[in-house]
Amino acid sequence: MRLTVDGQAFDFDADPEMPLLWALRDLMGKTGPKFGCGIAACGACTVHVDGQPVRSCSLPVGEVTGAVTTIEGIGTEGRLHPVQQAWLEEQVAQCGYCQAGQIMSAVALLDEVAEPTDADIDDAMGGNLCRCGTYPKIRAAIRRAVVLKTAGI
Amino acid sequence: MASVGKIARRTFLIGTAAIAGGVAVGYYYYRKPFPNPLEGDLAKGEVTFNPYVKIGADNTITIVAPRAEMGQGISTTLAAMVAEELDVGLDQIKVEHGPASYAYFNAAILEEGGPFAFFDESMTAEIVRAGMGVVGKFLALQGTGGSTSTLDGFGKMRQAGAATRKMLIAAAAQKLGIAAADLETANGSILHKASGKSLTYGAVAATAAAMAPPAEIRLKDKADWKLLGKPQKRVDMLAKVTGAPIFGIDVTLPEMLYGTVKMSPRFWAKPVKADVSNAEKMPGVIKIVPIDTNYGHGFGIIAENTWAAFKAAEAIDAEWADPEYPPDSAGISELLKQALGTKGSVMRDDGDVDTAFADAPREKIVEADYAVPYLAHATMEPMNATARLKDGVLDIWCGNQAPTLVRQLCANAVGIEQDKVSVHTTFMGGGFGRRIEVDFALCATLMAKETAGRPIKVIWTREEDMRHDAYRPASVGKFQARLGDDGMPVAIGMAIASPSPIASTLRRLFPSISPLGPDKSIVDGAYDQPYTIPNYRVSGIAAPASIPVGFWRSVGCSINGFFHEGFMDEIAVAGKTDPVELRKTLMAAYPAAVKVVEKVAEMAKWGEALPAGKAKGMAFTLSFGSWVGEIVQVADTPSGIRIEKVWIAADVGTALDPGIIEAQLISAAIYGLSAAMGQEITFADGMVEQSNFHDYDAMRIFQCPAFEVAILENFHKMGGVGEVGTPPAAPALANAIFALTGKRIRTLPLSKEVTFA
Repeated sequence: MRLTVDGQAFDFDADPEMPLLWALRDLMGKTGPKFGCGIAACGACTVHVDGQPVRSCSLPVGEVTGAVTTIEGIGTEGRLHPVQQAWLEEQVAQCGYCQAGQIMSAVALLDEVAEPTDADIDDAMGGNLCRCGTYPKIRAAIRRAVVLKTAGI
Repeated sequence: MASVGKIARRTFLIGTAAIAGGVAVGYYYYRKPFPNPLEGDLAKGEVTFNPYVKIGADNTITIVAPRAEMGQGISTTLAAMVAEELDVGLDQIKVEHGPASYAYFNAAILEEGGPFAFFDESMTAEIVRAGMGVVGKFLALQGTGGSTSTLDGFGKMRQAGAATRKMLIAAAAQKLGIAAADLETANGSILHKASGKSLTYGAVAATAAAMAPPAEIRLKDKADWKLLGKPQKRVDMLAKVTGAPIFGIDVTLPEMLYGTVKMSPRFWAKPVKADVSNAEKMPGVIKIVPIDTNYGHGFGIIAENTWAAFKAAEAIDAEWADPEYPPDSAGISELLKQALGTKGSVMRDDGDVDTAFADAPREKIVEADYAVPYLAHATMEPMNATARLKDGVLDIWCGNQAPTLVRQLCANAVGIEQDKVSVHTTFMGGGFGRRIEVDFALCATLMAKETAGRPIKVIWTREEDMRHDAYRPASVGKFQARLGDDGMPVAIGMAIASPSPIASTLRRLFPSISPLGPDKSIVDGAYDQPYTIPNYRVSGIAAPASIPVGFWRSVGCSINGFFHEGFMDEIAVAGKTDPVELRKTLMAAYPAAVKVVEKVAEMAKWGEALPAGKAKGMAFTLSFGSWVGEIVQVADTPSGIRIEKVWIAADVGTALDPGIIEAQLISAAIYGLSAAMGQEITFADGMVEQSNFHDYDAMRIFQCPAFEVAILENFHKMGGVGEVGTPPAAPALANAIFALTGKRIRTLPLSKEVTFA
């Protein structure tokens, strides 16, 4: 099998039924997306396939045809994505485990809606669980990311 | 009064651990109860001054923050304690968790009781009689829990920073030929202002580390703090927004195998019949091995990838022995209710409660029965650990709240000495008390015996995690009050029955030790509250249900905060007293409590009329040395009750990082509200019925209220932070729902009675 992940091509052998998440983590060394539930109920595994957010824990790798983007592909420590920058400035994370998924959902939201309303944020982020309760800061960070993106940062 | 004495004793003990500014002799530093564990593992050109500081010749400054970072920000605040006295910025240092070592014993857990009440004096005395070897290991536990980390670190970590700085100055004085008194420090350098000469810490570190530590250390006055007392940027934030491999589940090693476990869904039960042959033949599966630990019995699946292991675990065909406890929730509830009818341990007994109730007129009596269910921790990162056993040496990588326990019990499990075990503690995707257990590490260790020296990463499925927890215990309580003519309570009787977390923990960790004495965690949050009521009795009964129970963010206080504060609200209503006024009157002997209640009431504009369809409820709990009041506002909407806003006022004594404290108070309140709204663990056929987030969910962003937080520093002793926001959350919500609907809900979760939007 061949997949493009974060702009890089990977060749690998896998059971086509293996969820994309485990192919990414165990076969391609992409540990950014996290395992939380295995049933698309918590969003920790969120990645993009052709720009659309998907729950990689429940998507068989054999069904993936598009380019995959993980948290590791949207920015680097030296050059953060505006959403990551906003997360950093708002000091969102506590344990941090869900945040890769939260950030990937937020990136997809802002790609679709440049200036989301509170209801848009609730709708787009409702599938991403955070047990530390960082939701108030997630809301603030999404609003800050809107400003950063507009400013071209 | 005995109870006041107990509260005073708790605060006194906090006081001895929290050394105020000014001169302080480095007591910890001098006693050096254990060797410095950093000495054996230094980089080239690096030296160590004490268990908390390493400095390299290239001026790389590493601070060891030896407590579990599970989101509470402790690595940042502990590093700031050292950095404050060392005169370096947080952006100039590296922060590491460091090795498992008794040098990092948590004195505050021992002193405060924390979740480890088995360290109480009677227990300790008994263990001492049994043999000092055990007590030595127990007492030096490197634990994170009981909201004790800042308290424990506050004295010794500042001392470590100050002592290091003094040694660096002495070395610089020698090198420059200038008197130490004429030298200053800033940003990791030593300066001589008059001549303009300067040296980096790294340039003199090797000389300094060879010097004798100073006999006296002067800690900065609070007024001179540059880092402490101010919000700091968290040292772990960049890694957490870039998806860096910092968690146990991310550990990747050469030649690594993958695995999972399938443990008996009935606690403690062994397989009576099992066929693993089909599972073992599945593609990618290498071997299936039995696992037997004090946590239970089952199988470990060793595979080439995690998915293959998960599939094979499902394919194991096993029958399990019958449970040793009642198989369903109804039977377990009955057991708790029966226990409630037996005589318990009286943990508070002011005045004469029996006499006060004997002649009480019926109309002056308030009575209520309360109950809460078992709860899972449901950390976002499921339990996991990576282990490698090669040439008689064991390495374990995992997020854990007790590295020395992991080391000890995993060494025992494979029959090697503890000095052949290295525990590499990673960041934790949530802890909440779950990772004080060692089951995940034991499973990986036993499986590593079967891989011919190859490392194995063992990840539990969410279902396995949900069904094999050390649950927050279920609890039931019977409450009785007699009101006086002014509507205020003159007598209160509380009886609370729940399984004992202490006894259950000992069964898992040290089955040879029998629990002794009452388990105060059964009544924590009920017997130790700052209310003055002339006749006031609280007793706790350990119920004999052997479902594993343990420490869950605030443990007993999460149970009894709900019981105590729900019942106080009932007393206020029955006596026609405003709930805020009731508390101000009954807590008058504790000014810190009164100020918290006044502050939260003022923030929430308590007493001002609300539009129809909205209401507020309040609650107060003193836990882990901090005084916390919360007010919740709810609204009736077409899709159900919506939690609109939460106000929190907390007196933590000394606020070391207001930003992190505010985040923790909100986090803990959401944790408590999540549980109150809809969480419960139930049983059928001896097994947990819930399995994943579809049937054990938590608050989602669309349910999350707005928060307003005030941090107070009126009390003269420092309290804990990580758990203290949880206990008042559930009762404040339930009391708000009563104010909104007139429905008094005494059994959690609230979703049994109302719908949430």
